[in-house]
This record gives sequence, C-alpha cells and structure tokens, in this order.
Amino acid sequence: MKFAVIVFPGSNCDRDMYHAVKDSLGEEAELVWYENADLSGFDAILLPGGFSYGDYLRSGAIAATSTIVNQIKQKASEGTPVLGVCNGFQVLLESGLLPGAMLRNKKLKFMCRQEELVVENNQTQFTTSYGEKEAIILPIAHGEGNYYCDEGVLADLEANRQIVFRYADNPNGSVGDIAGIINKQGNVLGMMPHPERATEAVLGSADGLKLFESVVNHWREAYVAGV
Amino acid sequence: MLQVSEISPKVIEKDLIYKEMGLTDAEYQHIKKVLNRRPNFTETGIFSVMWSEHCSYKTSKPLLKKFPTKAPHVLQGPGEGAGIIDIGDGQAAVFKIESHNHPSAVEPYQGAATGVGGIIRDVFSMGARPVALLNSLRFGSLASERVKYLFEEVVNGIAGYGNCVGVPTVGGEVQFDNCYEGNPLVNAMCVGLIDQKDIQKGIAAGNGNTVLYAGAPTGRDGIHGATFASEDLSEESESKRPSVQVGDPFMEKLLIEACLEAIHCESLVGMQDMGAAGLTSSASEMASKAGMGMEMDLDLVPQRELEMTPYELMLSESQERMLMVVKKGEEQEIIDVFQKYGLEAVAVGRVTDDKQFRLLHKGEVVTDIPVDSLAEDAPVYHKPSEEPAYFKAYQQVDYYPDGVHNYTETLKTLLQQPTIANKEWVYDQYDSMVQTNTVVMPGSDAAVIRVKGTDKALAITTDCNSRYIYLDPETGGKIAVAEAARNIVCSGGKPLALTDGLNFGNPDKPENFWQMEKSVDGMSAASLALNTPVISGNVSLYNETNGQAIFPTPVVGMVGLLDSLNHVTPSFFQKAGDAIYVIGEAKAEFGGSELQNVLENKYFGKAPAIDLELEMKRQTQLLEAIQDGTVVSAHDLAEGGLAVALAESCFAGQAGLDVSLEGDAVTELFSETQSRFLVSVSQENQRAFEQIVEDAIQIGVVTDDGQYRIRINGETRINQAAEDLKALWKGAIPCLLKSKA
Repeated sequence: MKFAVIVFPGSNCDRDMYHAVKDSLGEEAELVWYENADLSGFDAILLPGGFSYGDYLRSGAIAATSTIVNQIKQKASEGTPVLGVCNGFQVLLESGLLPGAMLRNKKLKFMCRQEELVVENNQTQFTTSYGEKEAIILPIAHGEGNYYCDEGVLADLEANRQIVFRYADNPNGSVGDIAGIINKQGNVLGMMPHPERATEAVLGSADGLKLFESVVNHWREAYVAGV
Repeated sequence: MLQVSEISPKVIEKDLIYKEMGLTDAEYQHIKKVLNRRPNFTETGIFSVMWSEHCSYKTSKPLLKKFPTKAPHVLQGPGEGAGIIDIGDGQAAVFKIESHNHPSAVEPYQGAATGVGGIIRDVFSMGARPVALLNSLRFGSLASERVKYLFEEVVNGIAGYGNCVGVPTVGGEVQFDNCYEGNPLVNAMCVGLIDQKDIQKGIAAGNGNTVLYAGAPTGRDGIHGATFASEDLSEESESKRPSVQVGDPFMEKLLIEACLEAIHCESLVGMQDMGAAGLTSSASEMASKAGMGMEMDLDLVPQRELEMTPYELMLSESQERMLMVVKKGEEQEIIDVFQKYGLEAVAVGRVTDDKQFRLLHKGEVVTDIPVDSLAEDAPVYHKPSEEPAYFKAYQQVDYYPDGVHNYTETLKTLLQQPTIANKEWVYDQYDSMVQTNTVVMPGSDAAVIRVKGTDKALAITTDCNSRYIYLDPETGGKIAVAEAARNIVCSGGKPLALTDGLNFGNPDKPENFWQMEKSVDGMSAASLALNTPVISGNVSLYNETNGQAIFPTPVVGMVGLLDSLNHVTPSFFQKAGDAIYVIGEAKAEFGGSELQNVLENKYFGKAPAIDLELEMKRQTQLLEAIQDGTVVSAHDLAEGGLAVALAESCFAGQAGLDVSLEGDAVTELFSETQSRFLVSVSQENQRAFEQIVEDAIQIGVVTDDGQYRIRINGETRINQAAEDLKALWKGAIPCLLKSKA
C-alpha cells in the first residue's frame, strides 16, 4: 500500500509520519511537496502536523486554499482514505472536508503531553484493530485544539457515530471531549492527537500503530483480497 | 538615539560619536591608524559592532584560551558556528549554547524567541539538522509581578518559536534568585545531527566566487543589538527596545529545509548565518577565515523598508537570514533550491583576493576596511582582576543551619522552592516530541534522544548552580561541569563534550573579572579531568542592573552518548522491593544550599568541596554498572540534598520508600555535598552492583504503599504520603504565578 505524506511550507511532522509508515508499519510512503503534485498513484493520503504557513491567518486556513486540496477532495470523494493529524486536521476543517472549527486551547497555552483517549468507534477503516471503547495513550501537541461545532452538528456527529476518539480527561475544552472525527462516508479522519508519534514502545506508546494497521488491513481486504 | 543621517568623519571624532556606538577613545585612535584616515559613519558602526564584546570576545579571549578544546572525538572546536563531535558510524553531533539576556530583559517574548532562532541557525549553518533544543533560564523572585511577566513571556517566546520550527525542546533548567530580578538569563542550546561528509564551514573561499544573500529581507530591527548586549542594563534600556529583533519561525523553518537541501549542491562553498551584527559579521568573518576579501553592493541586498542607509543595512539584526558563497556561474542551482521554498536568494557581491572589506552603495564606496582588522585582529584586553573581600570573608565562615526544627516541614518547604519545584508548567508548553526521537522527556536528569537507524542515543543537559560559583568561583566552576556530567551518566550516557554559556557582570570591575577568571579555571580543570572538552560557547557580559551584577553564571550544556538504547536509565524508582543506594557520604556542607536560602534568605560561607578524581571514579563506576544492566534508576543529588532527591524519585509513579540513615539528621537529609548519586537496584543485581560501585551504601528499599518514610538513628523522622509531597512540589509554580504580590 502506498501512502502520500503531503508537505506544506511549515509542515513539521511530515518526516515523522513518513517514518511511522515506512519503518514502523513497513509500508510504502512518499513525501509529496504541495506544488505540482500528482496524487494519482497513492492509496492513502496523510496530512501531517506542524504549522503550515506559520499558522498565519488561522491554523490550516492558507494550506486549505492550495491547489493540492482540490486533488485531495477528488481522491476523498472516490473513497481514498485521508488522515489529517493536528495541523492536518485543521486543514481538513478549513477545507470543509470535515465539519467544525478549532479554537485556542481553553487555557490559551500550547500543551504537549501523553493523553488518554477512548476509541469511540472501532468500526471505521482507521480503527478496526482497536477494541470497542479501548483506552489508548497518544501524545498531543497543539495550541489550537479546542474543537468547536454547533449543537446541530454535534447531534449529527453523535447520531452518525462520526466521533472516533474522545479525550478521557479533556485537556483543551473541546466540545463533547472530541479528539477525532470522521466524515459521513467514513474515509476522512481528522484528529488532534498524534498516532505517528506513538508507533514504537521506546517513545512511550505504540498505541498509534493500530490506526495505521487498520488502514492497511481495510485496504487489503477491499482491493487486494477481492481481486 | 543615534541619528541615521550621515555624520561626517570629522564630526564623529570631534563630538565623540564613536563613544555613543560603544567604542573607546583608544579603539577609535586604533581604527584611524588601521585605515590611515578617519572612519566614516558606516565604518565606525561596523568597527563598533565587530569590536563589541559580543562579536570579538575582546575581554574574555584570554580566559577562553584556557579551556581544553581538543580530544580525538572533537571534529570541530570553538571558532565556527557550532562545535562538532564524532558519535561513530560516520555521524556527528553539532551543538552550541547562546545567550539572549539583554533582549529578553526588555522584550521577553521576542528576546527569547529570537534567541532560539539564532542558535538553531548556528547549527544548521554547519549543515546539520537541528534535533533538540534546551533552555537554561534564570529569573528573580516570582513574588515580583515584573518577574512573573518576564518568566511567562520568555517561556511563551521559546514555545512560540521552537514549536513552530519543529525542533523539540527536550530539556533545560529554570532557577530563581534575587540577583536576576532585573536581568534574567535566557540561554538556548541547540543540538544537530549530521553525516560527517556533509559538514559545512563558514568560509568565503575562491577569488571571484559569488556572495549570495538568502532568506528574509533586511529591515531596521535589531540595529546595534550586539553593542546593546555589551553594556549594562539600566532604566534607559527600555528605550533600546528597537534594538530587539523580531522573529518569524515560519521563515526559519523554510530556511532550514532550503539550507539542508543546498548543502548537497556542488556549487556551495561556504555558509554562515547572520546573527549578532548581521551582515557585517557574517560577511567579514567568512572572508577573514578564508584569508580573502569581499566586495558587496548594498543596493542588491533585499530590503523591506525604504531608504535604508548603508549603516542600517550593515548593522541590522533582522532574523532568518543566511549568507552563502557559491561557485561563480553556478548560482542558479542554489537560487532554485531557495525558490522552491518561496525564499529569495540574491547575488550581492563577490569574494576578492585583496583582503579588503569593501561596500558599495548607490555607486559609491562607503566602506573599505582591511577585513582582518574586523575579525582576527580585533583588540584583546587583559583586564585587571581582584579577589573580592566577600570571598575572603566567606572562606572563614563555617555555616551550619540551626533553624531546622521539623524535618517534614523543612522538606515540604524545600519542595516548594521554585528552583526545586516541578517545572511542568514550563515544559508542557514546549513540543518535546516532534521528530519522534525523544526517549526521555523533560523533567529527568538529562533528556535522551535516539539516533534513528541506529541503537545509539544522545543524552543532553544544561546545568549551573550559580550560588556555589558566587561563593567560590573556582570550586563552583568545577561543580557546574561535574553536575552536567553526572546528569549525563545518570541517564546512561558517556559524557563527551560541552558548550559553555558564560554569563557575567561588567568585566571592567576587577571583582567581576576575578569571578570570570576563577570560574573558567574551575571549569577547565573539570572538563580536563572528566574528559569533556569545550567545543563551542558564548560570552554574555554586562549582566547588571543599575550597577548590581548577577551571580556569575557559566552555564554548561553537555552532550553524552549512549551506545545502546538498553542503557537508557530513568531517574525515578520503578519497582517495589528494589534496593535504594546512595553513592557517597554526606558532610555538613550548606554554603549556597537551598536550605540556606530558605532559612537565611541569602547565600554565604563556603561552597561544597569537590574532588575531581573522586567524581570521575564514581561516574565511571556508575556508568559501568548501568551498562552492565544492574541499575534500575539513577538520580544525582543536587539542590535540597538527599531528602529532595528521594522525594523526586517517588514522584513518577506510585512508589514509596523506606529509608534508614545514621548520623546528623540535618546533614543526612539536606546537605549538598558533591559527587553523590541516588540509585535503585533490583534484588537479584545487588551483589553485582556493589562489586562495581565502591562507594555505594544501601539505605533502604522502594515500597508499594506510597509512603515516604525516613528513619534517622532508628527514629522515624519523616512519614508522609508521597502523593501529598508531590502535590506541593507540582503545585508550587502555578500557585506562585496566580498569587498577587
């Protein structure tokens, strides 16, 4: 399976994402610079964390206007799995691929720590390797991770089981303790915690690896086994 | 403020304008002799920044020469952007520490942020990818509203810059003492990794080669920053806010990636960042180091403001700029790399063979100076040194704290001292994990980052107990180096080399110069004894507010190597039933201790003694025991002594402890005797451990009941829930920040 890691100016978790897929997961990965890119040969798209365009204007707002996002939207509509982590999640929100918006953390400070999450929906193509309501540890590192949406959207998210991860002990003020959400079609996941930072026990947690494994398993079942 | 309009050479001399720029009468006369004429306004400015302490080390040079700088594993010693050490497998670690004290005193956010940006550039200008940041910070008492503001904004600035550029902030230290009230210290250290074949140098070689300017355009910010950093802080310093630069971490991130791509271009000859004294220092140093000259046309320099004068262009300290020398005719290769990242790279001049530093502006030669006179031939001063009266007096004092009546209360008080208290409030704001190498997070003795693709790791720490150095600079200097090495050893690494961040007061005062001299002597002796040469560093003088100097604070940043990730050792107890050992005996040494601070609210007496041979022996044996797999956890004894170290060792999990000590209770619990360690060992390894570490004495066991229990001479003296102690330790800094003065 071949993963594209999109690199915007200011992305800084791109190499971490690449390392996680290539070395921890053992799948093919390529760093794809945002300009003049061709995503046609890729089976999954990863939007890494960082500070694309220095977070100027709003986190993810400028990256969301780049032409590569049109390609990502196209691929997403065709069913390609798309994962946005941290700044990548912010780009997905700003580009309208996922509903809601990010506010500054409740305490108005950047925070970096290991955080306990609950897998709310283990029936998505990103989470099948997790148990139902499994408690996992993933790092967070963000200043604007306070997820917000209005009550109507929240009710929809709940009704459609689009809330994939919740914080066990909400660190940033997110509505509904939301740490990660998926689109209705089930192939675009955005999350603030960093699964790519948790794929090796030596770094304190390997709980993120199952997320990438789920994606690969789903893809193999859908496209390889079926052939 | 200086006028930007051109003042004539005659007026500069007659009205002593050069003095406003920081040059002395003698220096001005020397310049006249070098040029064989009066310098014009731009030239006077160029000399003044290049001959400032910040760029020339004119006061500290005779002292810096004393440092041991060589060892087989040192690939690059002092003199380049950063020092380099061999870590095997054709790889190297590149590192340096730098101060940004004066800017942080007047504009803490930008001062700290640009300090981080500057030190990162020093590392990637050598061709290395920056992989870790540390910060050594000093502030006054958190009771003061001004200090709270400085503290919060400095941390904010470090976070704002470091998080955005994607270099993890993995460690450092924060200490609080009244002497830093008006003059906080902000020292930033950066470590990079590089394949030895890719090492770059800042040289302008090859007659006729092109000088390229890359990165952010030049503005009017930071003009005369190097000179500002070389004078005392005073009430007028507020008006120097325009001397403080403004950082753009996004630009820096692009610059990192572009430069690290450019080093693989055949056409690149040399590269140096524009740090202190901006274009002036990078250009003249690159030429001087190569034995060449340089000519630049200032009209070609990218500018973000209108009508900038040559003086402003040359002295601006706008951030995120690099200077490169590229083979003539092959500029496009480099320009294309920068263009990919949306950065300007522009040819602004050429390397010449006449050893002159020549600048053109609107068709006129505005500067023509022998380049060596700016860099290598800058003046050097041997300042008078005098032993201060306080030192002699303190040497006669044998201080013993009589004021301890309740050991539990004393321990609680110590745990809440901001210097000892938990610093999570600080490091929670730093991205410590980006790049996915951080094996040991902030809050341990040393940070540990693995080297991807190998089983190796680097241990990194910064340390300096300035209280000891104030009491006895030579002994304190030794302790600073030894403590850094202790922290490296405790985390499982072999200490390799250090970078020094020398922060002192005004060197024109003989007592201050004596402090510098003696602490450098002490540091040199220790780095020689522990085989950790000094490979880079920075000098920050004139750290005074209204005539009052800081404690001498030569910060030691040290890097060590772990041959295997199996050697990574936590500083906290891990398992109930493990035996607790202390290495080294306590003596009644309380001069400069945290206990003295608590009881007396000042520091006096003798600093704790240190025997470097004993230090080396214990470090070597402990490291061997760790490498043999007999050690579960290791922690050095520092501020607050054994009682505090025991408490800290319980705070990571649910562990408790049962410890029995013999002797004088105050000494056993709170003395700050040097060269001591706290170690936990599993039962099956006790014999093996004892055979390796001679001076280890078992004092107790780790328990699972969460109780911190100490008996002295058979009597229970402290019996507290570790959880309660932890709450005090953890809550102290947030609580102080919330309280109103």
